[in-house]
Amino acid sequence: MAANETTEVATAPKKVFVQRDYTHGTECKYETTYPTQLEGVIARETFTDTVNKINELFERAEELGCPTYTEGCLSCMTGYLLYFCIETKYSKEMKQISLFIQRQNDEIYHPRGVHIVEPMLRGLRCIELVVYPAPNKPI
Amino acid sequence: MSKKRWQVFPGKNRFFCGGRIIMAKQINVFFVTLILLLGVCVLFFVFDCEYLSQKVHWLVPVIAGVLLAFTLLFLFRTSFSDPGILPRATGDEALFNDRGADNNVDLTQSSANFRNPPRTKDVQVNGETVKLKYCFTCKIFRPPRASHCSMCDNCIERFDHHCPWVGNCVGKRNYRYFYLMIVTITILCIYVLAFSIAHIVMLSREKENTLITAMSETPASVIEALIAFFAVWSVLGLAGFHSYLAGTNQTTNEEIKGSWAQRHGEVVRNPYTTNNCCGNFTKILCGPSYTSLLRLREDKNKEKRDMEEVKKKIEKLMFEQQNNSNSQGHWTNSQPHNGIPVDHTDLQTQLPRTPTPS
Repeated sequence: MAANETTEVATAPKKVFVQRDYTHGTECKYETTYPTQLEGVIARETFTDTVNKINELFERAEELGCPTYTEGCLSCMTGYLLYFCIETKYSKEMKQISLFIQRQNDEIYHPRGVHIVEPMLRGLRCIELVVYPAPNKPI
Repeated sequence: MSKKRWQVFPGKNRFFCGGRIIMAKQINVFFVTLILLLGVCVLFFVFDCEYLSQKVHWLVPVIAGVLLAFTLLFLFRTSFSDPGILPRATGDEALFNDRGADNNVDLTQSSANFRNPPRTKDVQVNGETVKLKYCFTCKIFRPPRASHCSMCDNCIERFDHHCPWVGNCVGKRNYRYFYLMIVTITILCIYVLAFSIAHIVMLSREKENTLITAMSETPASVIEALIAFFAVWSVLGLAGFHSYLAGTNQTTNEEIKGSWAQRHGEVVRNPYTTNNCCGNFTKILCGPSYTSLLRLREDKNKEKRDMEEVKKKIEKLMFEQQNNSNSQGHWTNSQPHNGIPVDHTDLQTQLPRTPTPS
C-alpha cells in the first residue's frame, strides 16, 4: 500500500449525546437508553456496559461514606488548608473515570470509529460520542 | 505562548494568580467586608487584649486570634473559589441543545427547520416534576437547582445567591465555606462585643470611675462595641437562616422563589432533601468536595488539539482495518456482501465498520 494514500472522510462526524439522568437526584448519572444512532457501530451491550460503569464510578466518587466524611471534617478543622497538601477523594475518582474512558476508547471504541468525550470536558452535562464516518472507499 | 482558558473565559469574572483565583467583576464591597473585619479585630488586639489578658485570662486574645484566622480562611475560600460554574456549551453540543436536545435531530441540517424547539424540559427528580429551563447565554438546559447569575453571567450549579460581601456567587462548590464563614463570623462578632463591653465595665468599676470616664479612657472599645453591635444582628440572622436552609437542604434562591411552598393548594415537596436534618447538614458540610469544571489553567486550544489527534488516530485505524480486510479477502476468497466485508476472524477485534449510509 502506498504510504501517501489517505482515507477520505466523506462527511463530518456525527455526534450522539448521552444526557443526564436526574430521577434519583442531582448526583451525576447518565441515561443508559441505547441511542439508535449507534446501531451497527457499537453493540447495545457494549454501550450499556460502558455507561453503567461510568455511572458506578461517579456514584463511588460522590458516595457519602466514612472516607468522604473524615476528609470533610479534617479539612474543615484545618480551615481547608489541608486541600493544599492532599488530593481529595473526589478528584482522585475523577482521574479514575478519565482513565477508564481512555481505556474504553483505546480498546473498544476507537477501532470502531467512535470516540467518547469525557463528561468532565462538557461540564458533566452529557457524555458526547463522536461517530466518525467509515471511509467510503470501494473495497 | 497561546492563551489559557481563563484569559478567554466568557463570563463576567475577574481572575488573579494566573487563573487560580476567580471572583465577580465587582469586588468593592468585598474590600469593605475585609476592612470592617480586620479593622475591628486590629482595634481589639491593640487596645483591649493587653488589659483583658492581664485581668481576665491570657486565652482571651488567643481565642480571638484563632476565630479571626478561621473566619479569614473561610472567607477567602468562599471569595476565591469557583462557586460551581457550568462551562458554556460550545460547538455541536450548543447546536444540539439549541435544537431541543434530541439525538434524532440531524445537526447538519440548516437552522430554518428549527423555528420553535422546546425551551423547557420536564424531568422527574425523586418523583417530583422539575422544569429545566433553556439558558440562551450558556446554550444548555440548566440542570435542576442551577440558575444563571446575571452579575457574573454564568450558570451556577446549586445556585444559592450572588453575595457582594464576599465578591462571588455562592453555589455548589463554595456553599459550605460560606456557611462556615457566617457561623465563625457570628461567634467572632459576639466575642468581640462581649469583651469590649467587659473592658469598659471593668474599667468603670476599677477606680470608682463612672461609665462615661471609662468610655473616654478606652474609645477604641466603644467603636468596636458599636460596630459589633450593629453587625451581630445581621450575621446572627443570616447564620440562623442558613442553618435552617442547610437543615432542610434548600437554597436561598429556592426559598425566595418559594419553590417548595404550597402553591394553588398543591404541595410541591423538595425532592433533594433526605428528610433528616442531620443528614442534610453532614451532606452539605462534609460531602464530597467537587472539582471545578472550568479547567481555567488549561491551554485554550488543548481540547481542539486532542480531538484532532483522536481523529487522525481513528482514521489511521480504520484505514488499516480496511487494508486488513482487503488482504484477508484475497486469502480467504470471501466476497464483500452489500458493502459489508465478510469476516472469518474474531468478530470482536476484526470486524470493520460498515460504511454509514449517506
